[in-house]
Amino acid sequence: MIAAAGIDVLRPRHLKDALMMMRVAADEGHPLVPMAGGTDLFVTLNAGQKPAARYLDLWRLDKLRGVRADGKRGLWFGGLATYTDCIDSKAVQKRLPILVDAARQVGGVQIQNRGTLAGNIENGSPAADGVPVLMAADARVVLRSLDAERTVPLAEYYTGYRKTVRQPDELIVAIEIDVPEGAQRFDKVGTRAAQAISKVVMAAVGHRVAFGSVAPVIVRAHKLEAYVAGGGRDVAEAQRLVREDVKPIDDVRSTAEYRRRVVENLVASWIGGLDGTPRRGKARGLDKAPASR
Amino acid sequence: MSKKKRNGEKLRTVGHNVARAEGVEKVTGAARYIDDLSFDGMIYGATVRSTVPAGRIVAVEQDPAFDWSGFTFVDHRDIVAPGKNVVAMIADDQPFLAVDRVRHQAEPLALLAHADRARLAEGLAHVRVRYESETAQLDFESADKVLKEIAIRRGDVDEVFARQGVTVVEGTYRTGAQEQLYIECNGVIAMPGASNADDGGISVYGSMQCPYYVVRALCVLTGLPREKVRVVQTTTGGGFGGKEEYPSLIAGHAVLLARKSGRPVKMVYERHEDLVATTKRHPSIVRHRTALAKDGTILAIDVDLRLDGGAYVTLSPVVLSRAAIHATGPYRAEAVRIRGRVMMTNTPPNGAFRGFGAPQSQFAAEVHMDRIAGELGLDPIALRKKNLFRTGDVTATGQKLKDSVAAHEVLDRALARHALATKKNKKRAHNKNDAARGNGTPSGTGIALFFHGSGFTGGGEVKLASRAGLALAPDGVRLLVGSTEIGQGTRTMHAQIVAETLGIPYDCVETADPDTARVPDSGPTVASRTCMVVGKILQRAAEKLRAELGEYDDEKSFKKRARWLLAERGSVEIIEEYQKPGDIVWSDETYEGDAYGAYAWGCNIADVEIDPISYQARCTQFTTAIDIGKAIHPILAEGQIEGGTLQGIGWALYEDVVMRDGKMQNASLTNYIIPTTLDTPPISVEIVEHPYANGPFGAKGVGECPIDGPAAAIVNAIRAATGKRLDEVPATPERIMKAMA
Amino acid sequence: MKIKLHVNGKKKSVEVPPMKRLLDTLREDLGLTGTKEGCGEGECGACTVLVDGAAVNACLVPTCQVDDAELRTVEGIARGGGKEAARLHRLQRAFLDHGAAQCGICTPGMLMAALALPKKATLDEIRAGLAGNLCRCTGYMKIYDAVAQFLDGERA
Repeated sequence: MIAAAGIDVLRPRHLKDALMMMRVAADEGHPLVPMAGGTDLFVTLNAGQKPAARYLDLWRLDKLRGVRADGKRGLWFGGLATYTDCIDSKAVQKRLPILVDAARQVGGVQIQNRGTLAGNIENGSPAADGVPVLMAADARVVLRSLDAERTVPLAEYYTGYRKTVRQPDELIVAIEIDVPEGAQRFDKVGTRAAQAISKVVMAAVGHRVAFGSVAPVIVRAHKLEAYVAGGGRDVAEAQRLVREDVKPIDDVRSTAEYRRRVVENLVASWIGGLDGTPRRGKARGLDKAPASR
Repeated sequence: MSKKKRNGEKLRTVGHNVARAEGVEKVTGAARYIDDLSFDGMIYGATVRSTVPAGRIVAVEQDPAFDWSGFTFVDHRDIVAPGKNVVAMIADDQPFLAVDRVRHQAEPLALLAHADRARLAEGLAHVRVRYESETAQLDFESADKVLKEIAIRRGDVDEVFARQGVTVVEGTYRTGAQEQLYIECNGVIAMPGASNADDGGISVYGSMQCPYYVVRALCVLTGLPREKVRVVQTTTGGGFGGKEEYPSLIAGHAVLLARKSGRPVKMVYERHEDLVATTKRHPSIVRHRTALAKDGTILAIDVDLRLDGGAYVTLSPVVLSRAAIHATGPYRAEAVRIRGRVMMTNTPPNGAFRGFGAPQSQFAAEVHMDRIAGELGLDPIALRKKNLFRTGDVTATGQKLKDSVAAHEVLDRALARHALATKKNKKRAHNKNDAARGNGTPSGTGIALFFHGSGFTGGGEVKLASRAGLALAPDGVRLLVGSTEIGQGTRTMHAQIVAETLGIPYDCVETADPDTARVPDSGPTVASRTCMVVGKILQRAAEKLRAELGEYDDEKSFKKRARWLLAERGSVEIIEEYQKPGDIVWSDETYEGDAYGAYAWGCNIADVEIDPISYQARCTQFTTAIDIGKAIHPILAEGQIEGGTLQGIGWALYEDVVMRDGKMQNASLTNYIIPTTLDTPPISVEIVEHPYANGPFGAKGVGECPIDGPAAAIVNAIRAATGKRLDEVPATPERIMKAMA
Repeated sequence: MKIKLHVNGKKKSVEVPPMKRLLDTLREDLGLTGTKEGCGEGECGACTVLVDGAAVNACLVPTCQVDDAELRTVEGIARGGGKEAARLHRLQRAFLDHGAAQCGICTPGMLMAALALPKKATLDEIRAGLAGNLCRCTGYMKIYDAVAQFLDGERA
């Protein structure tokens, strides 16, 4: 139960109205909190967190729905595209299959049906499963305000723990990806096989590699990438470099030492497979019977 | 599975998968759990809880700047003679509301009620508590206050250890706390009035396993006589022991608010509060010293076992008792010494959880057996077979195992079934060309053998003096029994026993809701006793009724006789009381004798793989063979075995209560994790039936035995896979990584 | 806020704060207590309902977002929304036959998630599709049996 009576929600039908509302509220110094599927927001409200004064419900903005192929290698995700939309999209299955892998491991189907990529990006949890994939694929976030639009590379979207570059009058209207060349791989090490918060996430496209749950934000491992892009394949060296790129911590779920070791193991496995047949990292937990995790 | 009675007559109801009496309402959403119920004028209650683990309470104050109109506030001063601020259990040391001292985090200090839940939450935030914090004892391994100690001795252990040529193997094993994690949180509704609103009594509806425990606790709390206290169990969404003794506390709180406000009061915990504040499985540390001959014969077993009881005694003495009695595992030895202690810590009191001490002590015993096998260079199965109980052997408490001993049989049947299952798996994997698993994935198989005494220990059943029986109706019978249905199918199973005994169709037997105004005290629904003990009482009542009805041979003639008897007598109600099987002898003073009338026997075999990247242990096949005497309802019995097994697997691999400053830090389902479908291995079940003469149709207990083995089987498999010792559960990837370093 | 819902084939109108959880609207304003709360975190799935055919956790959905949507809850599974044994849906009957419900608290959510499974689901897909529904009683084995029997019947 949450104290719903005191919470105000604006429910525009059109994106233009939404952006107008955002602008007015921002100008008044009381920015609206955008709400998409509610799968992050309602968990915190249920836990007793004090609600914001006013929310902006995006759910009626049909213009923000959908996933489609864009050009030869591209993908376009609307601001309300859900994880189920990604799983069901033939374009994503073909061009960025590791996003399908990641989407299948976000919660259970109930969360996949409502959780949005944009919501996950903006929520800024360092444990988000889909975001490392987007980041490794050089995704761009399209932000729009009433009279302007700008595109920010996802790799530059975060300024700190749960802090983004989005201004109080802006909405994420789309995510664009020109999928880079190269083998794709996704690994999630969670607390269990489904409905799991990740302890370590690795997503790689070609030589680009992003990690989740091992730093205050989701990070691209730049030092490691530069080494690998330059032809480096020595596992020990790769592991030394990645240790400089990530900053895992102890928390209620796991330890810094464990996270560090798993990152190293993943990197070793990744390096080992780089020049062989392009191999999609098998999604842990969704193996065929009789195996289960 | 045998479908015959002793005299060769075919069983018509028992042993068959009859339709569950309460099944339809559960699949239509019509079943009413406590939070689905509402009463006119009902208000909501909440608990003010301590935020320090130990200290003196200086003041509990309602913020004077807050508008308290519409609120009811209760603290310990509202409990007045003849009532007592004591949660009646074993030691009577736990208050309903703390008086001047806090002994654990989340200890109840005061209560609030209001008609609006949002307003209630605001009120809760405006109660200020001031403490003088004291040093808290948070760790039980370094604790020195003993809540209860027992000793079991047979023969002379020291003499055996001193002998020449004896090999000694030592080991220390640890288990963590475990949360019962019923999907329905604790909840009750208390109302003024027992049979009518103005009689000065009280009624409580709620999610619970033992309505009569609640009655007793409320009588002590209020000073009301038994007839003025009415407790009704509502459809309960899981218990597993977590609703054995805890409901007395929440019921007492709701009653205090109801009496002060004059209104019905609903108190239903949200998940976070339930996780933080309610009882858990006792953590344990068990040290084994075993003396063996070179050929692996066990000569002496020396065990020191300590449990973490938390801040109050609750049921710890009985948990300790069961842990100690099962501490040797199902093995004979000429000399046994078991020292058991429950330590006091400033943490929320621990309590009942399926297995009740036996999972902890048998985890240690079975992992220790593998250690022995390793150190002596013996095959783990051969070692066990050499020492495994047979009929005629004597247990640690000096009980001669006279009948229904199936330890060897469950081992053989588990091995056979597991071999078949793994053969199928290999074939399937091969067919799917699933070679990916081959390289670099350590894998191994582990085994565990275990047993579980059914019913209350020693003289416990005599003390309970449970009663149960039937009322005759023109078209059938109605059961009068205080046992609760909490998912295990109590009502169905009892109805089957009675129907079979009376020779009438199952549909002619009705069960009444466990309402203490209407049903006798059949004892608590715990300890794997509901079938073996209470079912037997019902069977005797049915036999008596059958004798009084005279001759009949089908449903039609039964109804004729029923109508005749009712016309003769007006009403016919037969209540029987527990009768101790004559040959059970037990001493509470020396802890010697027949601890239980019968034991269930179990064997688990687990195949486990370790992911070389993440160190996660994954069980790929789990086989369990359990001897339960007789499966009254095979599907329900399998369900108990599968469910108990998965709870054991969860405890082995995933379930970890993370404490800091005496408070659970991972108090959410996001962070306290139980197995999902994708974490669950295929569980292959073999039901073994070695009838027990004093059980209804030969039945023994089934509810708990299945959870005693999985943790050891899995940890033994991990050791087989990695070659590394792991002596603790949960066997988290972090721990496995450390072991493999 | 006035919200129009189509619940189990019937048109309903409720007056609730827009951010009231769908779970609470169902249980309190519509008297449909079959949908349960187990955690309030979207972890246990006991509150699973179908919104336009998709399984969602009702504890995480603001009622304003289902304005004019087609909702289906456990009360709407049986024919005519009935509670009698004779009018049960084949999925419900399969649950009864196989012992897939023990304490029953997870059952409403489990049934709804099962109804949302693809009709050709393999055992692995059943497990994946039900991974958002926790059961503490059964060990899941008999739930798979029941769902598999139901899906077999659907394919026939």
